Amino acid sequence: MRKDPLKTQRIAFFLMFLATFLVVVPVGLIVVIIVQKGLPAMSWQFLTDMPRQGMRAGGIFPAIIGTLYLVSGAIIFALPIGLLAAVYLSEYARDNLLTRIIKLAIVNLAGVPSVVYGLFGLALFVVFLKFGASILSGSLTLGIMILPIIITTSREALESVPQSFREVSLSLGASKWQTIRHIVLPNAIPGILTGTILGLGRAAGETAPILFTVAAFYLPQLPSSLFDQAMALPYHLYVLSTQVPNVDPKITYGTALVLLAIVLFMNLIAIVIRYRFRKLKKW
Amino acid sequence: MVKFQVRNLNIWFGTVHSLREVSLDIEENRILSVIGPSNSGKTTFLRMLDRMNDLQANFKMSGSVIFDAVDIMRIDRESLRKRVGMVFALPLPLPLSIFDNVAYGVRMHGLRRKKDIAGIVERSLKQAYLWEEVKDRLRESAFKLSGGQQQRLCIARTLAVEPEVVLFDEPCSGLDPISTAKVEEAMLKLKQDYTIILVTNNVKQAARVGDRTAFFLSGELIEEDNTDKIFTAPADERTDGYIRGKFG
Repeated sequence: MRKDPLKTQRIAFFLMFLATFLVVVPVGLIVVIIVQKGLPAMSWQFLTDMPRQGMRAGGIFPAIIGTLYLVSGAIIFALPIGLLAAVYLSEYARDNLLTRIIKLAIVNLAGVPSVVYGLFGLALFVVFLKFGASILSGSLTLGIMILPIIITTSREALESVPQSFREVSLSLGASKWQTIRHIVLPNAIPGILTGTILGLGRAAGETAPILFTVAAFYLPQLPSSLFDQAMALPYHLYVLSTQVPNVDPKITYGTALVLLAIVLFMNLIAIVIRYRFRKLKKW
Repeated sequence: MVKFQVRNLNIWFGTVHSLREVSLDIEENRILSVIGPSNSGKTTFLRMLDRMNDLQANFKMSGSVIFDAVDIMRIDRESLRKRVGMVFALPLPLPLSIFDNVAYGVRMHGLRRKKDIAGIVERSLKQAYLWEEVKDRLRESAFKLSGGQQQRLCIARTLAVEPEVVLFDEPCSGLDPISTAKVEEAMLKLKQDYTIILVTNNVKQAARVGDRTAFFLSGELIEEDNTDKIFTAPADERTDGYIRGKFG
């Protein structure tokens, strides 16, 4: 029997479309359900008020603030270190066995389960360095967790700058550092920013790394120093849905919606930055 | 006066022996055309003169290249490349404006005064016969220029740092005949002030602009002589075969 190539093609296209559809449906459903169930809870008071009546009423302000603190702390720590490491690895380090092992290790670190980072943070920052359960410990733990993401995406961004630009710059008598500073880095910025914001989104959403290092079940006041504990959105969500009986589900879903909105908003910024720089890109 | 004295130069990339026992003098204020088929080592030879081969991790060499009485391996790369400029095979503008492309080199060498920089940009663009075409659009992206204009921009950018030698690596390989003629015109004019080494795949171009011509084959320098001599009575029959187009 002869195969009809058009028929096989149609079947293949259908299977690929089905696969794409199956990917999109759950994502869409998550958004729809959370928005549908969480939107009724949305109000100015919900966003800016302290939790009340054992977190069964009031707002989630301290959790939002805590998450913002943690994410900012993580990025302040991880971006400079990650960027410098990426520049070193892609521009300066010789391509030998050691650097290849280091690069492989960094890629693999991105896949380590977040609870392992949590335990590591507990052992190193909370216990050994005696920072206690604090914003500092939590930020550092989250920072370490997102370092591999930042390094890997920054390296890719740096390596995607054409080699010919480097050669031109060097051939004009510019030093290696000048070449990196004036040619390579400016052209790698969109990629670096994208990676950074993806890392931020991850840091904002993870529960396990902050579980042992910073997160508080309930705090009556906002944190006032780096060494205070803080509430955070993902952990607050976990508490609401498993630890507190008789919570109105709209508060739980409202919290989820705020968390989702923050993460989506960050991804949106990443997309906008990438788009704007891609328009400027001229090679 | 001799600008470059190359003696017994051997170059390896890993285990590949790319250049064998090349010895050659390059005269000041002349154009030396370097011809030869692909993989003959002519670009490797050119990239030796401003130490661009050093960028390759597995680069090894023996012999010496003397530049104005100093071994180039004893000159730091930045100072050497400031004195020995290079124009690449493809037009490679940096992702900057036309003005900033030309100003890039001198800015990297520490020039800050805007007036000085503007003067250098204008002078260099004039030397490359590009000024009239771009003087009203210096702030535009260099990528908006045509291929031929981009290559002349690259020449202007190289001249802006006031090198003593300009290396051209097949500068017209991607250009149409009219753009090629303009680049050649620029080169002929430039030899009054610069020493020029032109690697080209175009034998006719070598004949048109070269004062002297060197023929490379399989990493060896077969012969080097006055261009007239090479094209009328070459000493080696392989040179004769190549310029007549019997192989390539």
